[in-house]
Amino acid sequence: MSLIEGRTGEWEVVIGLEVHAQIISNAKLFSGAATAFGAEPNTQVSPVDAGFPGMLPVINRRCVEQAVKTGLGLAARINLHSVFDRKNYFYADLPQGYQISQYLTPVVGKGSIILDMPDGSAREIGITRLHLEQDAGKSLHDQQATSTYVDLNRSGVGLMEIVSEPDMRTAEEAGAYLRKLRSILRYLGTCDGNMEEGSMRCDVNVSVRKPGAPLGTRCEIKNVNSVRFVMLAIDYEARRQVEVLEDGGEIRQETRLFDSGRGTTRPMRSKENAHDYRYFPDPDLLPLILDPAWVEGIKRTLPELPDAKKSRFVRDYGLSVEDAGVLVAEQESADYFEAVARGRDAKLAANWVMGDLFGALNRLGRRIEDSPVSAAGLGEMIDLIADGTLSGRLAKDVFAGMVETGASPAAIVEERGLRQVTDTGEIETAIDAVLAANGDKVAEYRSGKDKLFGFFVGQVMKATQGKANPATLNEILRNKLAG
Amino acid sequence: MTNLTDLTIAEARDGLAAKRFTARELTAAHVAAVEAVRPLNAFITETPELALAQAESSDARLLRGEARPLEGLPLAIKDLFCTKEVLTTAASHILDGFKPPYESTVTQNLWDAGAVMLGKLNLDEFAMGSSTTTSFYGPTESPWRRDGDNRALVPGGSSGGSAAAVAARAALGATGTDTGGSIRQPASFVGIVGLKPTYGRCSRWGTIAFASSLDQAGPMTRSVRDAAIMLKAMAGHDPKDSTSAPQAVPDFEAALSGDIRGLKIGIPKEYRVDGMKREIEALWQRGIDWIKDAGAEPVEISLPMTKYALATYYIIAPAEASSNLARYDGVRFGLRVPGKTLDEMYELTRAEGFGAEVQRRILIGTYVLSAGYYDAYYLKAQRVRTLIARDFAEAYKQVECILTPTTPSTAFAIGEKSDDPIAMYLNDVFTVPVNLAGLPGISVPAGLGEDGLPLGLQVIGRAFDEATILRVAGVIERAAGFTARPQFLAGRS
Amino acid sequence: MALDKATVAHIATLARIKLPETEQGRIAGELSHILTWIEQLSEVNTDGVEPMTSVVAMTMPMREDVVTDGNRVDDILANAPERANGFFVVPKVVE
Ligand SMILES: [Mg+2]
Ligand SMILES: [Zn+2]
Repeated sequence: MSLIEGRTGEWEVVIGLEVHAQIISNAKLFSGAATAFGAEPNTQVSPVDAGFPGMLPVINRRCVEQAVKTGLGLAARINLHSVFDRKNYFYADLPQGYQISQYLTPVVGKGSIILDMPDGSAREIGITRLHLEQDAGKSLHDQQATSTYVDLNRSGVGLMEIVSEPDMRTAEEAGAYLRKLRSILRYLGTCDGNMEEGSMRCDVNVSVRKPGAPLGTRCEIKNVNSVRFVMLAIDYEARRQVEVLEDGGEIRQETRLFDSGRGTTRPMRSKENAHDYRYFPDPDLLPLILDPAWVEGIKRTLPELPDAKKSRFVRDYGLSVEDAGVLVAEQESADYFEAVARGRDAKLAANWVMGDLFGALNRLGRRIEDSPVSAAGLGEMIDLIADGTLSGRLAKDVFAGMVETGASPAAIVEERGLRQVTDTGEIETAIDAVLAANGDKVAEYRSGKDKLFGFFVGQVMKATQGKANPATLNEILRNKLAG
Repeated sequence: MTNLTDLTIAEARDGLAAKRFTARELTAAHVAAVEAVRPLNAFITETPELALAQAESSDARLLRGEARPLEGLPLAIKDLFCTKEVLTTAASHILDGFKPPYESTVTQNLWDAGAVMLGKLNLDEFAMGSSTTTSFYGPTESPWRRDGDNRALVPGGSSGGSAAAVAARAALGATGTDTGGSIRQPASFVGIVGLKPTYGRCSRWGTIAFASSLDQAGPMTRSVRDAAIMLKAMAGHDPKDSTSAPQAVPDFEAALSGDIRGLKIGIPKEYRVDGMKREIEALWQRGIDWIKDAGAEPVEISLPMTKYALATYYIIAPAEASSNLARYDGVRFGLRVPGKTLDEMYELTRAEGFGAEVQRRILIGTYVLSAGYYDAYYLKAQRVRTLIARDFAEAYKQVECILTPTTPSTAFAIGEKSDDPIAMYLNDVFTVPVNLAGLPGISVPAGLGEDGLPLGLQVIGRAFDEATILRVAGVIERAAGFTARPQFLAGRS
Repeated sequence: MALDKATVAHIATLARIKLPETEQGRIAGELSHILTWIEQLSEVNTDGVEPMTSVVAMTMPMREDVVTDGNRVDDILANAPERANGFFVVPKVVE
């Protein structure tokens, strides 16, 4: 636990996160309009989403299924009986004048997430609940000087609001929580976790207290849209609160906005005087009753999740916990790794994937799904190392060729003549030539200057364009120099 | 030729089938009648061209022998049902100019059955009222007058335009909606039949919401048979309404056997309210005698929670309404009163757009849902509502339906009860429990009060058993032989 | 329950209805009258009684995840008091 050092002593930061995760579905939670991102304004709107008179909600089964699936993935309790409520407030992008949400009885109850911290420790963060609700539309304030423009494309899109317990103590933990949650959601296929497009948004609750003291008053920082910003916002907000308190001030419970340009938070200017949502069960809907057999059926379709996959990678592939953790963070990299590792030297595979491949992807700014080197290709290349066709050194060149051209390793070996020379005669000839040309150095070596061995290896490699099998070369060279 | 506007739906249907007149003739007569009843202010919007065009296509179908159940029959629609590209107002200033890009399920069902639309009918603003005096478009007058008194009377409400138009023979039938009695009370006031079906029987999709857990559409007609015919067309499961019941719609007309022998009919003792008017009590007794004469068995039952129904209703309905009416904010449709800020625009728009009664109910509803009061009011009311529904469930262990008066009095004059909201609310004392329990109820004209105004009896049924209450209502209709007509008739003036 | 003017003003703000101050007293009186009448419900013993959640006994239907609506901007905007470039337009909001 890391504490903030203040003038009056140490302060503990208490953090809870509310994540709004957009459900992956074709249609909206309560209407038949599409959910795709980036459409022309108001083209993905049905009269239901626009709150027209007489329009009624009918729930999308897929959205419920996705919420249940997510609940199961968070090891959470699934509530077989839950209720949709109306949360009443006025806003330009809230067409009905209320948001259909779940208040007292959410579809998913308590669960948890395990965080693996960089120091190798694990932290369990409690999930308070997950509930289903509608997204609001979007207000654009900068299109015109005196007006706000409203686009309802997002209005009614299904969201899962995932609320954590106030279990986090540092910005790093909050960051790890978000990354882990996003990883689980992506594994489950219930949310794409894309924070830039707003399909995952985060409200951050921050308070500070003297260690051991009761919880302090919290501020909620609304709609922070990247992991990095969440961490910056927490650091800023915690320090701000410590300063206020140490100056003898009081923290007011309020909603704040994160200014990513300045790295600061500020209170929202819009009026919040009337903060009374008047929740009541939506009379247009009936209680959501789930059939236990249906829930069981969803459970059976759950994919292997990151934690289980990581344990298996450690157990079955002999990877370190850290390496396994890196590989399972994204389902795609885990799948890629497994495709490479299956039936091969898994540690070698892991090194290639995490080292050269991730490095290349980083350089190219590509995701592993669009990798120029396929898992099958990388696997073949490792096979070429295993059967002696390639030395580790040659393999680097072949890999670079694969990244560049997308060609198969065999083709590159063939085309560029990169095949390792294992023929002892050929190597011997090269060694003889090098030794003959460097008689003085041979004498020096023999008189005890061992370090020159590397020089001879280098010369032979140069002569063979790096293709000599290193082990064979070493052995013959050592014998010749000894002789 | 008989007066075409005097026919019942069943007679008009049979006349069209027998080619005694054309749909165009029938519709033209009604278009003229709609014009003739303008002094009543029953219509907000008249749609004569649409009606005549629909009638012509009906004639074509009739000629081809492809008549549907309501082929060519001119009806009028309460202006709470959204009608595609036709002004839809809920009788509110706030919906100024609103033309929905969709058609409500109930009206679509009617057009799919071949019916013809004469226009959109006046109502209490957002269906909140029992008098049709709160409409932005002015009050509707009843076609009736008290004996020896020429003061304009209310047609009841909120479906007062529907009641007046049907009673005055401007339409063969009309749609109504009933949240606390808004079909049955006006039907009783003007001497016609009004049926509130079981909650979930008719789709609420496309009908402007007042109180979602109570609202239900139903027919208002001049005979029980007509109500059966019209309900059959209006009803049915609608996947667009989550509360629409997946129940088969029986042939209600076929259920009108006239035979109620052996039927046990409950007479709830708690409906003998304090100070009940003698004429109401006498009317109820006549009803009991009629069903007994027809071989049914009246059984005294107890619905102990009855006295709490109105208070329960006046928590739940405004609470739901306060939320349902939040969407009228000047952003996407209807009236906008400009303001410097968004909130100012909202506040000015809603202050000008909503009338006094609607504002009153929104404020009450907002209050009972607000922090600190929710449990004491809304939650408490929903618990009492459970008890009210339980009362009926208990009663239905003994009886198959229940007979009560529809209203505690005959119609009152316009402006007579407007200063005390609670006095107005008391109009619904016999009808509200039915909505709270989601049950079907029908009002059938049974006689005239001492002032010469119509009075109805109400038959309440088990959920989804509209067939039985129609059958009982049919027996009462025959026994009552109600032939009185309002002073103001379209065909006569 | 007797409502005071301040409470009425607060409710009116929540409901976004402009109530002139001169009206607040009258409305407070009306609402108090209705609320007092409503409070007869407190006589009813509702211990252990579940609040009604749905009036008909049925389970909530679910629809399939199929796109059935959209691409009708003209329909959606046709009734708007103010619109521009495919958007609804409202007075400037400051966050
Ligand atoms: Mg939140
Ligand atoms: Zn939320």
